[in-house]
Amino acid sequence: MGRSVPTGSGQVLRPYFLRDKIHDFMWDLCTHALDTARLRGATYGDVRVMHLRQRDLTTKNGQVGTLAQSESIGLGIRVLANGAWGFASTDRLTRDGVAACAAQAVAIGKASALAKRSDVVMVPEDAHVDSWQSAFRKDPFEIPLETQLELLLAADAEMQRVKGVTLTETDLQFRKIDSWFASSIGSRIHQRKMISGCGVTATSFQNDEIQKRSYPNSFGGQHALQGYELVDSLDLLRHAPQVAEEAVALHSAAQCPQKTGTLILGGSQLGLQIHESVGHPIELDRVLGQEANFAGTSFLTLDQLDKLRYGSDIVNVVADARVEHGPGLGTFAYDDEGVPAQCTDIIKDGQFRGYLSNRETAHLIGLKRSSGTMRTESWNRLPIIRMTNISLKPGKWRLDDLIADTGDAILMETNRSWSIDDRRYQFQFSTEVAWEIKGGKKARMLKNPSYSGITTEFWNSCDAICNGESWTLWGTPNCGKGQPMQTMGTGHGASPARFRNVRIGAAFSKS
Amino acid sequence: MSKSAKQKSTRGNAASAELLSEREMRKIIEDVLRLARSTGAEETEVHVDEVAEALTRFANNAIHQNVAEHGLTVSIRTVVEGRTARATTNRIDEDSLRSTIDASLSLAHSQPKDPRLLPLPGKQHYRGVHRFVRETAAHTPQERARTVRHACDLAVKRGQNAAGIFASGQTQTAMGNSRGLFATYRETHSEFSITVQENSAASWAKANAASVRDFDPQKLAEHASDKAHRATNAQELAPGRYTVILEPAAVLDLVGFLFYDFSATALADKRSCLNDRMGKQVFGKNVTIADDVYHPLQLGAPFDGEGMPRERVLLVDRGVPKNLVYARATAKAARKKPTGHGFALPNEYGEAPMNLVFAGGNSSLEEMIASTERGLLVTRLWYIREVDPYEKIMTGMTRDGLFLVEQGRVASAVRNFRFNQSILEMLRNVELLGPAVRATGEEAFEMVVPAMKVRDFHFSEVTKF
Repeated sequence: MGRSVPTGSGQVLRPYFLRDKIHDFMWDLCTHALDTARLRGATYGDVRVMHLRQRDLTTKNGQVGTLAQSESIGLGIRVLANGAWGFASTDRLTRDGVAACAAQAVAIGKASALAKRSDVVMVPEDAHVDSWQSAFRKDPFEIPLETQLELLLAADAEMQRVKGVTLTETDLQFRKIDSWFASSIGSRIHQRKMISGCGVTATSFQNDEIQKRSYPNSFGGQHALQGYELVDSLDLLRHAPQVAEEAVALHSAAQCPQKTGTLILGGSQLGLQIHESVGHPIELDRVLGQEANFAGTSFLTLDQLDKLRYGSDIVNVVADARVEHGPGLGTFAYDDEGVPAQCTDIIKDGQFRGYLSNRETAHLIGLKRSSGTMRTESWNRLPIIRMTNISLKPGKWRLDDLIADTGDAILMETNRSWSIDDRRYQFQFSTEVAWEIKGGKKARMLKNPSYSGITTEFWNSCDAICNGESWTLWGTPNCGKGQPMQTMGTGHGASPARFRNVRIGAAFSKS
Repeated sequence: MSKSAKQKSTRGNAASAELLSEREMRKIIEDVLRLARSTGAEETEVHVDEVAEALTRFANNAIHQNVAEHGLTVSIRTVVEGRTARATTNRIDEDSLRSTIDASLSLAHSQPKDPRLLPLPGKQHYRGVHRFVRETAAHTPQERARTVRHACDLAVKRGQNAAGIFASGQTQTAMGNSRGLFATYRETHSEFSITVQENSAASWAKANAASVRDFDPQKLAEHASDKAHRATNAQELAPGRYTVILEPAAVLDLVGFLFYDFSATALADKRSCLNDRMGKQVFGKNVTIADDVYHPLQLGAPFDGEGMPRERVLLVDRGVPKNLVYARATAKAARKKPTGHGFALPNEYGEAPMNLVFAGGNSSLEEMIASTERGLLVTRLWYIREVDPYEKIMTGMTRDGLFLVEQGRVASAVRNFRFNQSILEMLRNVELLGPAVRATGEEAFEMVVPAMKVRDFHFSEVTKF
């Protein structure tokens, strides 16, 4: 059994779990579950005990909206029995409870074997014994609630001051997740993640039209593997008035034209574009048809690997779960199958180079090791292939220079809607706001912007990417996949980029 | 306390867990209320939710995922000096419950007083609904596996590829408060869905009901298989406006996005498409919509998150939006009666109708096709998102079976389209309605809706398959 060395970034916890009673208790549960599964006939097993804590604070129109916290703790065990998978979970954390759960998982695995076509094969992985926690400077659960609410109410009040605003909303969300993973190959990994998120939104209803602006992103703002320092850094209070003013100003802005032309995408919108048109199609379970009934399949069939020109020469995309990539929602030390975090080339110099894989699927594309992307929402969900941090590497342009270099274009910022077909070819996005670029200068505001296209045509039309100065690792906290549905956070590093010959404005066309 | 209750709740074999008895659920609530009395909480509300679910998932004609879960959560809301907050746990030992009460109080104390906060409601009376089928609660993974095997064997025999799920489970909820309110509800549910692929074509079928005996998985598999075969060799048509025949799942997933627009809070916040439109002829005269949890094809509890009895509400009468749904606070502000549609407090969304029932017509799908000179038959829609909240323009894709109808007959398969369509406009353009059925899709929760023939449906772009 190999022993891994903890990764250099993030706080390495010396093996305190070996002497800590709570950790002893968790490891005992894990061991007992695995032993029971083996005695019942399982040939492989992995088990996760997870303890999730969450706090949600929101305001609306100057009043406190949601004020809640929750915790959930339980155990889930996945086994191979008769060559097929079974999974069961329980919140009954006693030796009897986890033994019953493990027995149930084995019985389910044997039932799965009634409808198998072949036995599951897994690529090898070393056993790892480790403990890791994500770095943070301020524990949000230790910051006084009054301080957190004061911030939200003050930001809310700043937006309310703007005439014409009809709805103001703010939110803070914090999660602390402990997981204890053990497997029958000898791994024992404890991980602790601290996740923070925050944002503000102003909405204005006037003259048969609803317009909205958000900061720093829509649908809950920015989320990252950080503590309260994320909230401090985003300075909601300072940005709130501008958000409100822009929401009102959109009513008198011109309608985004319908045309084919040059498009510049802001970083957060490009992050979502990456998520939908690169991140999902590279999930190997989707490619292999395992999501055909729900999330869909992928145009990236296995014959496309190393052959497809996904984008232009300047497009480089990686799947990077390592700490050194940044505090993204897809950052960890190990995935939920006990595989260390890795960086995988997805698109290199425009060529399609890699998928997201797990121990079951890696060998199908000739890999000897999983790329480490199995993730689970909670103790009661089966780990499945998930995006980690799927990021577009920075280019060479400063944003001002890029705009100055662009004659006529439309700059779109902050997502309003997103949709893509079930094989990830054809997409349409709309954003909260757009700006006309005229003669290399940012000109008037445009409302109701949208753009659409075919994935590979779009990425091949990319001719400029901004540099690291404007690169942000955006967090998408609400990615849904799997049955039963699981919600997962993913990271997407992006800086603004320019695309040529894009169809603009189709969402509001009448014919 | 309640440790023995949790011990009982999981049998640990392949079958589903046995839920706690009503007496045991009530005991948890009473224990929390007793503990809360000694903490300074002026009022306390407790929700206890228990779930035991199992889901067998198949793809490439074999089971590839097969899961079961059991969980119980206790959610506690305290009220102190005009402030309220909620804390939730899944640990039900006395120390954990006490900590959760303390957490709720700590959250409550941290905020300013809320002058709109109402006292908790007292005891209520509820209509009985019976949606618990013991056979479904006891459904085993072996039974699900055998059913899946039959469906996959059919696909293998026809040279096709099947993927889908077969799920069954049971849930129960109980709530009580320090003013004597107590409510409890349990239900079973089962669901089968299947996607059958043939070459690059695919089709789909799905059913969902309280009882596993209320649908026939093999018939659904045959239906999806037949349709997948017909969906091969799809031709590309130009985007534009078409007459469409929307099967019930397609109707559901689109009109399902309307539900929150009927919330009184949404109107107060001016984010509903019905702002300035109540009482006007917004939809066609053949569109009538109610919210009715008591409808025989609906599931769900007869009370809301505040413990108020759910009422049947006529939302749209012959195309005119007539009524909204109200939680207690919004009802008081509007001088109306609460309708029993509130979410658990505290929240910023207020309320919503969750059991929509559209009035149906008497046109069969075959009659709709026969009456169509040129149009498209739509099996289902996918990835629907709101483009314009006031005109209610939605975008999304067709998926798993789009067919050209010409001269009253299904002529050929067609490549999938993107649509950008106002739901308001669509519900003004309904030409024919089928009988209302319990429909299930992937974008909206289950509702009772008819198939619809709609003119001038707007497809803006076409994809590559």
